[in-house]
Amino acid sequence: MIEIKDVSKSYDKTVVVDGVSLKIPAGGITSIIGPNGAGKSTLLALISRLLPMNSGQVLVDGLNVTTTPGDALARKLSILRQDNHIGSRLTVHDLVTFGRYPYSKGRPTIEDLKHVRMALQYLNLESMSGRFLDELSGGQRQRAFVAMVLCQDTDYVLLDEPLNNLDMKHAAAMMKLLRRTADELGKTVVLVLHDVNFASCYSDYIVAMKDGKIAYRGNPSEIIRPDIMRGIYDMDIAVQDVDGKRIAIYYA
Amino acid sequence: MLDTNQKQLVIAVLAVSGLAILSIFIGVSDVTPQTLFSNSEDGRALQVLLISRIPRTLAILLAGASMAVAGMIMQILARNHFVEPSTAGTVESAGLGLLVVTVLAPETTVIGKMLVASIFALLGTFLFLRVLRMIPLRSVLVVPLVGIMLGGVIGAITTFFAYRLDLLQSLNAWLTGSFAGILSGRYELLWISLGLMIIAYIAADRFTVAGMGQDFTTNLGLNYNRVMTLGLIIVSMVTAVVVVTVGMIPFLGLIVPNVVRQMQGDNIRRTTPWVMVIGAGFVLFCDIIGRVIRYPYEILSG
Repeated sequence: MIEIKDVSKSYDKTVVVDGVSLKIPAGGITSIIGPNGAGKSTLLALISRLLPMNSGQVLVDGLNVTTTPGDALARKLSILRQDNHIGSRLTVHDLVTFGRYPYSKGRPTIEDLKHVRMALQYLNLESMSGRFLDELSGGQRQRAFVAMVLCQDTDYVLLDEPLNNLDMKHAAAMMKLLRRTADELGKTVVLVLHDVNFASCYSDYIVAMKDGKIAYRGNPSEIIRPDIMRGIYDMDIAVQDVDGKRIAIYYA
Repeated sequence: MLDTNQKQLVIAVLAVSGLAILSIFIGVSDVTPQTLFSNSEDGRALQVLLISRIPRTLAILLAGASMAVAGMIMQILARNHFVEPSTAGTVESAGLGLLVVTVLAPETTVIGKMLVASIFALLGTFLFLRVLRMIPLRSVLVVPLVGIMLGGVIGAITTFFAYRLDLLQSLNAWLTGSFAGILSGRYELLWISLGLMIIAYIAADRFTVAGMGQDFTTNLGLNYNRVMTLGLIIVSMVTAVVVVTVGMIPFLGLIVPNVVRQMQGDNIRRTTPWVMVIGAGFVLFCDIIGRVIRYPYEILSG
C-alpha cells in the first residue's frame, strides 16, 4: 500500500500539490485523472522521490520514501516519467538491461539477463533489441522504456502518461499489457492518464485531482458520471454504458 | 570468444601500437633498431630512446586518451554533445590556476601546481554548470557558446595578469599543447590520468545512467549529484594534469567522443575503450605528422 499523508509541494508561491492524503491499495491499477495543471504528475514525482516535498510524508509498504536509501527503494518502486531523454544512443537491449541496475550494479547475472529477455518478450521488442533508441518510432521507444521499468521488477510501477505517443492500437495494447502485469504478476500499477475512457475501462480505482487536491476517488462506475465529470473538468460530459463499460463522450 | 566489436577494438589497439613504435623511431637523432643493437655509439641511441622517445610517446598516448575521455564525461555532465574541457572554461581555469600558483608560490612542486590547477579547473567547470542551470532555454548550441564565452572571460583575466606580470610568453608556452619538451622525469604526472581513466571505466554504467537524466537516475536508485561530482572531479583533474605537463589540446575531447558515439552509441562501458584508443591514436598521428612535415623542425600538436 502507498500511504500519502498530508503532502504539499509548491514552487515559490504557487501551490501545486495542496495537503493531499490518500491511500493507494496494493494490487490492481489505480489511475489518476484530472485537468492540466491539477498536480497529477507532481504527485507521482513526490511519491517516487523524484521531487522533494515541502511537507507531509509518503510511505510505500511502510518505507518512508524521503529517508529510505535510493537503491533499496529502486527495488520496491519504479517510475517512468513522460519526458524521457531521447538524445541518448542506447540500444533497446542496453536500456532494458539498465532496469536491472538496482540488483546487478552494472554486472548483470544470468538471472538478470533472463528478466531482460522476458521484459523484451512481454513488450514484443525482441526483433528490435539491437536498435538504437533514437532510430525508433515514438511508440516503440515508449514500449522500450516500459520494458525497462518492468524489468526493474518492483512491486509498485508508476507511469506518468504511458499512452503518450501511442496510436489507438498501441495505446489499447499498452493498457491490456498493464492489466496483465497487475493480474498475472501481482504488481501495483499507478498511472497518470489523460483519457478518462482508458481509466474507466482498465482501472480498479480512480483518483481525480483538481487544483492540487484530491477531488474524488472511487471505482470507475462511481467516478465516470456526468455530475462528477462536470466537477472535475468544468464541462458537460455525457456518459454511456457500452458493453458494461462506462464511456464518457467529450468530443461534442 | 571475441565478438566483432572486441575484434575491431583489438585491431585498433594494434594499429595504435604500430604508430607508437613508429613514433619511437622518428626524430632528429639517429635511433633505429640497428643503432640500438650495435653498441658502437656507447649506447647513445638507447639513451635517447629511454630519455626522450619513449617518454614522449607514452605522454602522447596518455594525454590523448585521457583528454578524449574527459571530453566524453563532460558531454554527459552538460548533457550536450558540443562541449569539451576547452569549450567549458575548464582548460582556461586550469591555466589561471597555474598562473596564480606560479606567481604566488613559484617554489611549489609540479604535483602541487597540478593540484592547484585541478581545483581551479573544478571551480571553473562547476561555474559553467551553474551558469547553464540559470539559462532557461538550453538550446543545443547555446550551451557550448556559453562555455566558450566563460572560457574567454577566464582566459582574459589570466592574460591580463600574465601581461602585468610579464609572464605572457610563459603562459603561451604552458597552454599550447606540445610534446617537444617531454623528457623522462617531466611526464610522469600523466600516469595520474591513467588512474582517472580506470576510475571512469569502473563507473561507466553510472555515467551512462546519468546521461539519461536526473529522474531516470533516481529511479534506478543512484544519487545523481554524486555521479555528477565524480565526473566533475575526473574531468578537472585530467584537464589539470594534461595542461600542466603538455599544455592544451583543443577539440580532441569534442571530436573523438562524437565519432565513437556515432559508431557505438552512448553505452559508456562499451565506448570508453574506443574513446581512449582513438584519442591516443589521433594525437599520436598528429604528433608524427607534425614532426615529419618540417623535419628536422616541429609543428606543435596543439
